Amino acid sequence: MLKTLLIFAHPALHKSQANKLLLNYLPKDENLIFHDLYEAYPDHIIHPQLEQKKVEQVDRIIFQFPLYWYSTPALIKEWFDIVLEYGWAYGHHADALVGKYAQIITTTGSPASSYTPEGQVQHTMEEILLPLERTFKLCGMIYQAPLIIHDALQLDKNNCKSCMEHYIKTLTDTPS
Amino acid sequence: MTQEQFFSSALIYLAAAVISVPLAKKFGLSAVLGYLVAGMVIGPFGLRAIGQEGESVMHFAEFGVVMMLFLIGLELQPSMLWRMRGKILGLGGVQVIVTTAVITGIAMACGLVWQMALAIGMALSLSSTAIVMQSLQEKGLSKTSGGRSAFSVLLFQDIAVIPILAVYPMLATISPSSAGNDHGGEGSAFQQWIAHQPSWVLTLLVLAAVVLIILASRLLLRPVLRTVAATGVREVFVALALLIVIGIASIMMQLGVSAALGTFIAGVVLADSEYRHELESDIEPFKGLLLGVFFIAVGAAIDFSLIKSMPLTVAAIVLGLIFIKAAIIFTIGGVAKLGSDQRVLFSLSLAQGSEFAFVLFGFALSEGILPAETTQLLIASVAISMALTPLIMMVEEKVLRPKLGTREVDDKQADEIDEQSPFILAGVGRFGNFVARMLRAQGYPLTVIDSDSEHVEFLRKLGIETFYGDASRLDLLESAGAAEAKTIMIAIDDEEKILHIIELCRKHFPQLKIMARALSRTHEYELIQLGVDFVIHQHSGSATAMAEAALKCLGQRANQAHRAACYFTKHDKIVTQQAAEIHRDQGQYISLIREKISELEGFNLQDANSHKSAIEKAWASERLRKAAEKKQNIQAGESS
Repeated sequence: MLKTLLIFAHPALHKSQANKLLLNYLPKDENLIFHDLYEAYPDHIIHPQLEQKKVEQVDRIIFQFPLYWYSTPALIKEWFDIVLEYGWAYGHHADALVGKYAQIITTTGSPASSYTPEGQVQHTMEEILLPLERTFKLCGMIYQAPLIIHDALQLDKNNCKSCMEHYIKTLTDTPS
Repeated sequence: MTQEQFFSSALIYLAAAVISVPLAKKFGLSAVLGYLVAGMVIGPFGLRAIGQEGESVMHFAEFGVVMMLFLIGLELQPSMLWRMRGKILGLGGVQVIVTTAVITGIAMACGLVWQMALAIGMALSLSSTAIVMQSLQEKGLSKTSGGRSAFSVLLFQDIAVIPILAVYPMLATISPSSAGNDHGGEGSAFQQWIAHQPSWVLTLLVLAAVVLIILASRLLLRPVLRTVAATGVREVFVALALLIVIGIASIMMQLGVSAALGTFIAGVVLADSEYRHELESDIEPFKGLLLGVFFIAVGAAIDFSLIKSMPLTVAAIVLGLIFIKAAIIFTIGGVAKLGSDQRVLFSLSLAQGSEFAFVLFGFALSEGILPAETTQLLIASVAISMALTPLIMMVEEKVLRPKLGTREVDDKQADEIDEQSPFILAGVGRFGNFVARMLRAQGYPLTVIDSDSEHVEFLRKLGIETFYGDASRLDLLESAGAAEAKTIMIAIDDEEKILHIIELCRKHFPQLKIMARALSRTHEYELIQLGVDFVIHQHSGSATAMAEAALKCLGQRANQAHRAACYFTKHDKIVTQQAAEIHRDQGQYISLIREKISELEGFNLQDANSHKSAIEKAWASERLRKAAEKKQNIQAGESS
């Protein structure tokens, strides 16, 4: 298994359905480092050097979060702002992230059909996640297709077996 | 002096001071000028309230200068003095040599033999430490670069008096005057012995004395100060402070060396001790009073009958002296690259004769260097030039400086001007300790005051600069720099004293922002009502931190617990503000607190998922899901 840092962000996990369920299936593997961002930084004061060291040790970063307002929860945005420093993540001679894989696992509150030009949202998930994709690419990372779990509020009621399989596969598969 | 004489003299001097200084201040003049004028009024040429004993009073009051040098020393860290060495030797040395040469030349041109001319030149090259430093401090100019330069020159002059006194006897050309005073005549057996030693022995003795003072101040005085401070008896500490100054002064005088120099060195050595501010505030009133008496005596010594008999000669000497000295020092200031306004301050402040000139001319008379009439003329001129200094400095302040503008700011000497820390922290117990550490970590120097001498000692061992003293004393606050600081943080363990400090700061240092730690709820209400800029209950921070940790123990998410703590703190602050207004009214107070408690319960920290929870409606997935379910059912119904 590729050495992976799973950066997890959920401001209200105690109210969560889907993400709580997903975490139950988190594979136990020494190469998978689970980093619960809201638990680590309840005051939102992110420690840049500590985070950078974590990132430097792995070959792949996966961000897992519920999609809020077509974007990430606030603390992931803060993480980008604080951790992706000029001279480390991007800019002249910055190569800390070059060649590492980046991936997104996100849950949405609407069915997949909403995320089409004809659907309620009028945009595809690729379009919505574009800012993140650009961020990773600017840092020289290899962006991989995201795992999107739609209709997450109904996850426990729907047949979610395939969801869990996708989740485990995403975390354990070595990217090709 | 009999007791009766002493009392009547004291009565006259004190009354003169009490009347003249407030009057001078009222007319916008300096206190120094007030004293001098008072001296002229009560002197033998005015009301004749004091007679010729004014001279002995002057010698006694010269001790004020010694104390002043001690205080100046306390303000100067050894490292700072070392940094000033170039200035002291450069500015001071050049000033004394050039001024001596020029005045000697002029005196020879006036027909005096070179020996007399040289004696006059050397004596007149010196400036008045007492008048200059007092005036600079009074106007808050002592830490500007001009003020520092003036101080450097004065310090060099203080040292220069020693070789000048040694050279004087070689300049005798006339038979010693019988009217001379007792220099070299009487004195202890030790002084007699000293007087007959070759100069290298004297030099060695002086060096030995200086080393002795440094060692004693470092090794002996600190433990003694600590022991005495630990007794908590204030007047004994004052007595010890006086003992240090007088003790050092008498050692130096035995050696025939400037007592001011000795106390100055002791002051420098004690400058980095924790007792610096306490010593300062204890010596300060003595110094102020003695200098006041000294200035009165100088005023009284001005011989108006002599001036009347040859007004033109006196005027020529006085104006010539002021002009020549100012011109020379102005030139030196230019070479030293002072800004133009600082150059003017530097030159005008030093353009007068010195109190040492009185001593030197007296000595010259007794040694047969100068004839009596010349001596009297010169003493009168020096006294007048000293009396004119406050006036000249007033012209500098009111007329010249506004035109030149304040260039000091651009002079890149900020480290020299502003060495005061912006923060005063009163009390470094468990609480103040955190405050101090955090502000230091941010790179801000603090002036820390604590009244527990053992604790102070301990903190200093940890490398934290701390001063011993009771922060509820006005004079201590003053010497800790309350007039220049921006913020005072009060973290002491005494409700009454905290209120007292606030009152003092409000009255005397209105620019200070006041931050205070409240010791109880009622105390907190009182502080809020006083309008203190920042109030915090001593336990609020740590208590909510523990409650937050407890919530996490129960399995709450860190983020959730932290938000609960933050909400609680904010809510509590609002309640406290409201309660402060009405806490004296028992009925209103109780109903407010009840209302607020039920409001807090409405926050419903336990069941944050419920929509009843006031603080966590965000991320309300429960309600969202219900809504989504409903929508899906409708859609399902439509499609079917």
